[in-house]
Amino acid sequence: MSEHTHQPDSGRTRELPMARSMCWHCQSEMSGEYFCGRCVKVQPLSKELDYFTCLNLPRKLNLDEKALEETFYALSRSFHPDYYATKDEGQKAISLGNTALLNTAYRTLKDPMQRAEYLIRLEAGSAKDIRTSPPADLFDEILELQEDLDEFRSLSAEASDDRRQELLEKLQADRLTLEARKAHMEDRLREQFSRWDALPTEAEGDSAVQAQKDAVLTGMQEILSNRTYVKNIVNDLVAATSPTAEPGRSAWH
Amino acid sequence: MALIVGIDLGTTNSLVAYMAGDGPRVISGTRGQAKVPSIVGLTDNGLLVGDPAKEHLVRDPSRTIYSVKRFMGKSVADVAEELKYFPYALQEKGGVIRIQVGEKTYSPPQVSAMILKELKLRAETYLGEDITKAVITVPAYFNDSQRQATKDAGLIAGLEVLRIINEPTAASLAYGLQKNTQGLVAVYDLGGGTFDISILKLKDGIFEVLATNGNTHLGGDDFDRRLVDAVIRDIDTRHGVKVEDSLELMQTVRLEAEKTKIRLSDEPQAHMAFSLPDGRGTYERTWSRDEFEALIQDLAEQTMTPCRRALSDAGLETGQIDEVVLVGGSTRMPLVRSRVQELFGKTPHCDLNPDEVVALGAAVQAGILAGENKDMLLLDVTPLSLGIETMGNVMSTLIRRNTTIPTSAKEMFTTYVDGQTAVDIHILQGERELVKDNRSLARFQLKVPPLPAAVPRIEVTFLIDANGILNVTASDIRTGESQSVQVKPSYGLTDDEVETMIRESFQFAAEDIQARQVIEARTEADAIIMATEKALKRATDLITTEEIQSIRNAIEELRVANTQEDHRLIRAKLTDVEKVTHHLAEVLMDATLKEALESKKLSEVTD
Repeated sequence: MSEHTHQPDSGRTRELPMARSMCWHCQSEMSGEYFCGRCVKVQPLSKELDYFTCLNLPRKLNLDEKALEETFYALSRSFHPDYYATKDEGQKAISLGNTALLNTAYRTLKDPMQRAEYLIRLEAGSAKDIRTSPPADLFDEILELQEDLDEFRSLSAEASDDRRQELLEKLQADRLTLEARKAHMEDRLREQFSRWDALPTEAEGDSAVQAQKDAVLTGMQEILSNRTYVKNIVNDLVAATSPTAEPGRSAWH
Repeated sequence: MALIVGIDLGTTNSLVAYMAGDGPRVISGTRGQAKVPSIVGLTDNGLLVGDPAKEHLVRDPSRTIYSVKRFMGKSVADVAEELKYFPYALQEKGGVIRIQVGEKTYSPPQVSAMILKELKLRAETYLGEDITKAVITVPAYFNDSQRQATKDAGLIAGLEVLRIINEPTAASLAYGLQKNTQGLVAVYDLGGGTFDISILKLKDGIFEVLATNGNTHLGGDDFDRRLVDAVIRDIDTRHGVKVEDSLELMQTVRLEAEKTKIRLSDEPQAHMAFSLPDGRGTYERTWSRDEFEALIQDLAEQTMTPCRRALSDAGLETGQIDEVVLVGGSTRMPLVRSRVQELFGKTPHCDLNPDEVVALGAAVQAGILAGENKDMLLLDVTPLSLGIETMGNVMSTLIRRNTTIPTSAKEMFTTYVDGQTAVDIHILQGERELVKDNRSLARFQLKVPPLPAAVPRIEVTFLIDANGILNVTASDIRTGESQSVQVKPSYGLTDDEVETMIRESFQFAAEDIQARQVIEARTEADAIIMATEKALKRATDLITTEEIQSIRNAIEELRVANTQEDHRLIRAKLTDVEKVTHHLAEVLMDATLKEALESKKLSEVTD
């Protein structure tokens, strides 16, 4: 085994909000380090810590995926419970809590859609979760599709009648249309990502910038809610029309 | 610090390994065998575990327990379909299977604990120190109840289970250590009773699991059963014998089927022959590999869907996988290998012994936990989505499958009625929409202060720890007070039951060791007596009458000692027999050699 250790690099100072300003163990003063400079005990991350700060990234939407992964691996090496199995109960509990937070942060930021949803929640303060809503221009088509889907489901799989075949083909065509639509929404979302990233980070007091920010956030929110709606229908279609698909719900992406 | 061992608690075989100075190493028994068959014999004379118990399978089937792993964290209803293959009776208490042996019943964790104790003892004998800490492996697709049951088994065996780790990821640690692999790796693990597929990303010592899938009821046992069924039909047609009517014959058929399956991995055909009871003749048949593969084709195919799902969850195509690793004894079957190769378009790796690689990986993980290895770190996932029951019998997901663990989710609960003092919560695991299609894990009741409806705010945290096991805590947001949550497992032992089993286990431990030493000595004595008598028959002309007499006397003394409860006396008499037969053994050896030489000369002449 090589000698380098990934742990207590206690000289390193990070601008990280920790849960306390004092070491929970020896009461030394702390200023955002993961490990106490005096007793080298791991410190709890603040529950209010936002995921961008946690992973040492700016609050941008097009992010450096390689840097994200590297930071995640490095922090995992600092906090993971496997490296605290022989430590006291206090440190074990902190390691568990920090790693759970870190894992959630990484999972959220890794996926562009979840990342955008998270940013909207973060920027809009205590706003509610994003609701799903059908795209206005697809309303009638979706209504018809739902009726077809219900009818298709009511026909037994053994029945090889023409109506079932007809519906199956129609639904498969609908699925392709919706998937294309979903891809288009994701393209539009990426345009918004670039618009967001171009805006200045510090906008306090600048009402013009704030207004632009709000506009981008609102735009993204609408696309996201439409996209989730379309995605759910596509999942339903996949589940109903392809026999090998996972029953019930499908994966997150 | 005290040494931590790594244990592979398998359906068919179990192993124990430790981290030696130069890497992980499996600990073999006194006769050099690394595998301990996961078989427990609860005989009238005491407890037998491993190889000695295997000999009891046919002799005493209703008291010899095998494949207990299939029952871990399960109810009787879960295993109803396979009951006909098991010679022992099952009951259920509190959602947990109890295996009936004579007057007593044993839970699967208790039986597993007996196997764990055997491994613990083996490690202690070899390493010369007390072993109290272990890493134990489980199938990646094991749910919360099955993991908890495994942890309970460790506790009952007197082991602190520092970590439950997934078998395919353990294997990847052993491989990664050996070969310093980087990139995307698929681990295909088909064991005696379970199937797992895990997709990992290996980078600079980090082993990140991207997705896992599997089937906890698909393995070598199921392949055997297809052959068992075919043999049962064959015996009925050709001999008019109903195999199911005899527990002993059923076991013979099962063991012969297993042997035939194993032989067919190396040879294109295998001959099966065994005698039927009550003088009904001998059953004989040659099985070709093609015939056998036709019987199990669909089972091998069943492993393909989880592979595709895991790849899809990882967001990968088969072509992106850099290496495929085979783990588990059942991956020796040529049909399995060719299916895996077809799917991934790559020749799978099987450089490390597929039987030992999981135990070796568990030892590597033990080294990491002990702080001896800071280069490697395993980031594993939870295999199944976790959720709670909501209105309309629907499961609301809190933590999705393939989420990196440890992870937590918070959920706020309130009341619907004025003065309501409790909220019932039902925890589930699975991928389906409806509650009834998912696995019930546990229920608990939140205590709420009597207030108008919707005023109380109780935040519940569901935390899946690094073992993949759920921990629940709750706190009242208004008062900031946390409350303890008494979770009642749906298919698990309660804390009190585990406590009782631990106490019982300590109580009987001393007796067990005593009884076991006597049984082992007796088994050995029986074998020696038989072998010596056989040798005497062959050697009547080769040694003197006095020598024969002194050997007979020694055997007789051993026979007498064997009826008593003192293993030291039996051992002493065993040594005596060995001493007086020393010359006999030499003489026989010479004779055999001479015969062999003569027949060789003969064959040279005739060539």
